[in-house]
Amino acid sequence: MNDITAAWATALQLIAAFDPQLTDIVALSMEVSVTAVVLAALIGLPLGAALAVVRFPGRKIVVVALNALMGLPPVVVGLLVYLLLSRAGPLGELGLLFTPGAMVVAQTVLCAPIMAALSRQVLEDAWREYEEQLRSLGAGAARAALTLLWDVRFSLVTIVLAGFGRAAAEVGAVMIVGGNIDGVTRVMTTTIALETSKGDLPLALGLGMILLGIVLGVNALAQLVRDAASRRYG
Amino acid sequence: MLPLVLDKVAYAIRDHAIIDDVSFEITAGPRTVILGPNGAGKSVLMRLCHGLLQPTAGAIRWMGSRNGRGRQAMVFQRPVMLRRSARGNITYGLALAGVSPRERRLRAQDVLEAVGLAHVADKPARVLSGGEQQRLALARAWALGPEVLFLDEPTANLDPGATREVESLIGQIHAGGTKIIMTTHNLGQARRLGDEILFMHGGRLAERAPVATFFAQPASHEAAAFIKGEMPWQ
Repeated sequence: MNDITAAWATALQLIAAFDPQLTDIVALSMEVSVTAVVLAALIGLPLGAALAVVRFPGRKIVVVALNALMGLPPVVVGLLVYLLLSRAGPLGELGLLFTPGAMVVAQTVLCAPIMAALSRQVLEDAWREYEEQLRSLGAGAARAALTLLWDVRFSLVTIVLAGFGRAAAEVGAVMIVGGNIDGVTRVMTTTIALETSKGDLPLALGLGMILLGIVLGVNALAQLVRDAASRRYG
Repeated sequence: MLPLVLDKVAYAIRDHAIIDDVSFEITAGPRTVILGPNGAGKSVLMRLCHGLLQPTAGAIRWMGSRNGRGRQAMVFQRPVMLRRSARGNITYGLALAGVSPRERRLRAQDVLEAVGLAHVADKPARVLSGGEQQRLALARAWALGPEVLFLDEPTANLDPGATREVESLIGQIHAGGTKIIMTTHNLGQARRLGDEILFMHGGRLAERAPVATFFAQPASHEAAAFIKGEMPWQ
């Protein structure tokens, strides 16, 4: 019990002192996950909008597949991206494996389907309400999709943050494609896994607290944005 | 673009006929009211005319327009407002119609004043009252300078005061040279706003007559029953 109490104390000290090792790890985590979320949003949201607006044969199959991809195990994504980026792989020449770039790719692959699937749902509900009016005004599919994206923008904030939560919290994919190299590709989750298995609890606990704090803060912010928006825009 | 000619038009969903063998010609000028009980097919008929639905049989032609739809607009029973300002909702429609940004602002201001909403022009459209939203929907359609304006039960959700305002605006739009084609199940409104009545019953055109004739001496059994049912004191 004493060990754990001491670990908590040391963890708090590390945070309070802005321990350089700790801050580097946090900074890299944020850099990788934020970049991945931005890329995933640029891919996922337009895809969701297209699926909501355009009717084509086989659409239902695509929707089911997309929903299934939301539960994609991070280690499997890690493995696939690893195969893609390894020396012998089709994208091996880029030399991305075991760099933060590879981790961005893996988390983008992980998050884009979540954003596409969740936004598809929201946008399809909006489309049901707007379709006749927008078609009456002469909007084509592309224009309608853009209009819908803009009109549900406050719901999209929550969806993007759900993607961020997924990216920031996953271990498996970044571990495989990043390699958890000290000072290069070591992020919060991989450090927690490693330090815990080594028995070095303070750093793991400190990072754990920061991770929780970030996820909490981000979700509180999302709630504030939504509340303010629904008061203002109805 | 008028006259509008319907030639043996039918609309069915899985063998269930909603509109059956409807033929008529609508010319410029008089206000045409499509009257009938709920489920008579009024709204579907209007959507077919406006091009939101395609007939499953027969043909719909705008005899005076060489290519397509020409300038027409539609106002729905429940106004669909985008999450932007009242003014933004009007300029959005104008943008889709290819109007230049400068011209959009001028025209938006004009119609906002005409419908009495200039004082809430920069408020989010969705926080306006039901009556204000329906007037805004009229303004959005009016700004397009349509030759033909379709109105689908435009006052069905409004209280008497808001209904009067909307009816007066419809009169102004008609006075400006726009052909009015509207549906209603309200006999009083049909009398106030109509010049000619198309009476629909069970997906068929049961009767067509000038408004005075229609109410004084309905030719069809269905129309007589409808008038009697709606106004049993007569």
